[in-house]
Amino acid sequence: MAELVDAVRSTPRLIAVGAGTKPRLSAVPGVMRLSTAGLRGIIEYEPDEFTFTALAGTPVRDIAAALAAQGQYLPFDPVLAGAGATLGGTVAAGLNGPGRFRFGGLRDFILGVRFVDGTGRLLRMGGKVVKNAAGFDLPKFFVGSLGRFGVMAEVTFKVFPRRAAALTLRLPAGDAAGLATILTGAAGTRWELDALDASLDEGAVFARLAGPAPAIETLAGEILARWPGEKLSAAAAEKWWTDATEFGWAHPDGALVKVVLTPARVPDLAALVRPLPGARVWIGNGGNVAYVSLASAAEVPGLGEHVRQAGLAALTLRGVAAPLWPAGRARPAIAPAVKAALDPQNRFPSLDES
Amino acid sequence: MGQLMKNPSESSAVIARLAALLPAGRLLVEPVQLAAYESDGLTAFHARPLAVAVPETGEEVIALVRFCHAEKLPFVARGSGTSLSGGSLPIKEGIVITLNRLNRILRLDPVQRFAVVEPGVINALVSVAAAPHGLHYAPDPSSQSICTIGGNVAFNSGGAHCLKHGMTSNHVLGIKAVLATGEVVEWGGASREQVGPDWCGLFVGNEGLFGIAIEVTLQLLPKSECFHTVLAGYRTLEQAGDAVSAIVASGLLPGAIEIMDALALEAAVAAVHAEYPPGCEAVLIVELEGPRETVAIERVRLDEIIAASRPVEARPARDAAERMAIWKGRKSAFSAVGRLSPDFIVQDGVVPRRRLGEALRRIDEWSREAGLRCANVFHAGDGNLHPLILYDGRAPDGLARAEALAGRILKMCVEMGGSITGEHGVGVEKRDYLPDMFSADEIDCMKRLAAAFDPAGIANPGKMFPVAGAPALVQHGLHPLEKAGVISRE
Ligand SMILES: Cc1cc2nc3c(=O)[nH]c(=O)nc-3n(C[C@H](O)[C@H](O)[C@H](O)COP(=O)(O)OP(=O)(O)OC[C@H]3O[C@@H](n4cnc5c(N)ncnc54)[C@H](O)[C@@H]3O)c2cc1C
Repeated sequence: MAELVDAVRSTPRLIAVGAGTKPRLSAVPGVMRLSTAGLRGIIEYEPDEFTFTALAGTPVRDIAAALAAQGQYLPFDPVLAGAGATLGGTVAAGLNGPGRFRFGGLRDFILGVRFVDGTGRLLRMGGKVVKNAAGFDLPKFFVGSLGRFGVMAEVTFKVFPRRAAALTLRLPAGDAAGLATILTGAAGTRWELDALDASLDEGAVFARLAGPAPAIETLAGEILARWPGEKLSAAAAEKWWTDATEFGWAHPDGALVKVVLTPARVPDLAALVRPLPGARVWIGNGGNVAYVSLASAAEVPGLGEHVRQAGLAALTLRGVAAPLWPAGRARPAIAPAVKAALDPQNRFPSLDES
Repeated sequence: MGQLMKNPSESSAVIARLAALLPAGRLLVEPVQLAAYESDGLTAFHARPLAVAVPETGEEVIALVRFCHAEKLPFVARGSGTSLSGGSLPIKEGIVITLNRLNRILRLDPVQRFAVVEPGVINALVSVAAAPHGLHYAPDPSSQSICTIGGNVAFNSGGAHCLKHGMTSNHVLGIKAVLATGEVVEWGGASREQVGPDWCGLFVGNEGLFGIAIEVTLQLLPKSECFHTVLAGYRTLEQAGDAVSAIVASGLLPGAIEIMDALALEAAVAAVHAEYPPGCEAVLIVELEGPRETVAIERVRLDEIIAASRPVEARPARDAAERMAIWKGRKSAFSAVGRLSPDFIVQDGVVPRRRLGEALRRIDEWSREAGLRCANVFHAGDGNLHPLILYDGRAPDGLARAEALAGRILKMCVEMGGSITGEHGVGVEKRDYLPDMFSADEIDCMKRLAAAFDPAGIANPGKMFPVAGAPALVQHGLHPLEKAGVISRE
């Protein structure tokens, strides 16, 4: 920790990097890359409290294993844990996995953060208990902040007990309009689905139920009576959801772009990727997000232009040659002042330096 | 605040210019009109503002804030004034901007499950509007029949269902606000996902120090189909606490886990004729929710755990009416305790759940030492205490002793690794305790953030941060609306 503070103080321009699983986010020319790999380990884990605190460089995979040993998990299903993503990088990237659908996203489970600000001070914001309303909620601001406002040293999260059993249904839907109909139809029901994703390429919705085994069997029957489909085998379900969190379906060396959506706009998204041959699209979180994989970074600006015209927002995760904000971004006048409050010397790059 | 006006003639000139921004009758300046705005739920404190502006549209709010910015005129946004920490206490040399007339639900999308509302919309009315679609707005503070979404956003308010569903912040998808700089920002939106830093997350819980929210996008959730609510009485508080640990360790995720102690039970019996198992020092309320098939299985497990915890008696609600009766007793308990005493102080510190038993023992010990009665009704599931310290303000040192006990409890919460406030916010009341929880550097960082949003220091000044030389403040007594039986607190 002291080393981290020293490193920040002695480096005029820097950005923290974890395992580099979302390489575009930290690809900033002309700044030192400070690895958090040495800041590793779970500091406190109290299963009875539903909380843990870990150093920012801890691989999420290690945390998931420690939680699983106690029957608990991070309900937003952190992405790229298998690829080695660190806890700090996961917060800074602000990405959610399929579990976001039921209980909320990373922003809803982060409780506290200890970070080094641009003046080199080690500060703790938020709390270590599941409920706290004292002070500004800076931990939430760090979610999606891309390392531009401070270097996280330690993060505290809330966790939940894992449900007894899970079951996944594949519901073929044909075109994007069909997908949107199932996504919105299934979300508003009594079933309390655990995850609701879709593959545009397969033209199918994937709904996950979690709870006591006999109960979810009954619910699955009811869902299949409403929309034809099939129950996936445990192995097939496991592969599907691992593909979802690890982006196993995406081009291995291509570009990956996150697009913010609402469920009703799934057909618009499908229309705007149509001119891009070879684009692969994963719809997550009940139709609130799409991940678009392209064979090459060169195709990202074209996608970005369509996304911008559709009034949606986007962020490039992979594809170092592609723009970070392919659809542009809003620049409220207040933003530089907030940045200066946390980083008066401009030690960390701005969101536009990329 | 150094450059703010002090001189009365100067301020009356400013008020005259301000009046021109609103149609006649919507700038209140007469003392009788101002009286209603002099304090909030922290009734011990009063301040008469220069004027109260009553905008009806977001555009008017924007114009008012821009005027305040240009004139360096302090303002305090106000919803229903139910803050328990003095958050909406007016500033003498400033104005109040009351948002009750911005009370429209602008959009309700049942298919994509969100609502866009103005800040003056009453919390409970969002769920009322969503109900025909089988949806609801989850955060449920006890004051929900009266408090506003704007106030909830400013304080990140909680309720009885925080463990599973989170606080206000977890349900706010988007915010349109006019910042204290006069800038209008729109953060987030209808999607449950976003890219870039979470500005919405930072804004929620700002206690009115950043600006005024003029439109809020809320996520709506499907209403749970089925509930299983159990009330169990225990000989000792400790046994009730142990039952909570056993439930949490079982892997169940109840929607609510609440505890009431003997004094609270006594009060609820007197106030709403609630009925509890006799001879109990504590009552535990646990509620499961979900699809009926899930609840049918999980309730068996819960009932076993409760039976094993050796309650005096366990009473599962057999129907919706019995469930409502359990919640009525619970939600009225605080105001009911308040009626037992001329004055009281309520705190809402948080401790790690495993230390609840120890915390309650200490509170009990310290209240005996101080010769004061203290009732406990609290969110056991998330360690959020609500000790209610009863005292007589007419006794020479009544308030001082109660204050000292409250301070001891807050410090204990911090020492145990918890928080000085779980949901009521810091406001004026707990501003002197902020340094117990945060270092000087951390407070400096928060002040810099506040100054970024509000360089002129005009948005709700004097709240959240300790003010050198200011007297310590405490809350006592019932909120006027509680006295009238309109609302109750937890
Ligand atoms: C009987 C009783 C029971 C309660 N129970 C609970 C409970 O269970 N859980 C809980 O968390 N709280 C509870 N409270 C506290 C209180 O109800 C909440 O803090 C509530 O959110 C305040 O809402 P309000 O509309 O009354 O806001 P006000 O008291 O009017 O204002 C609160 C704060 O919000 C700011 N504000 C108001 N509107 C806006 C806006 N549009 N933009 C920016 N800032 C704004 C004000 O400046 C002030 O700082 C209770 C209070 C009472 C009296």
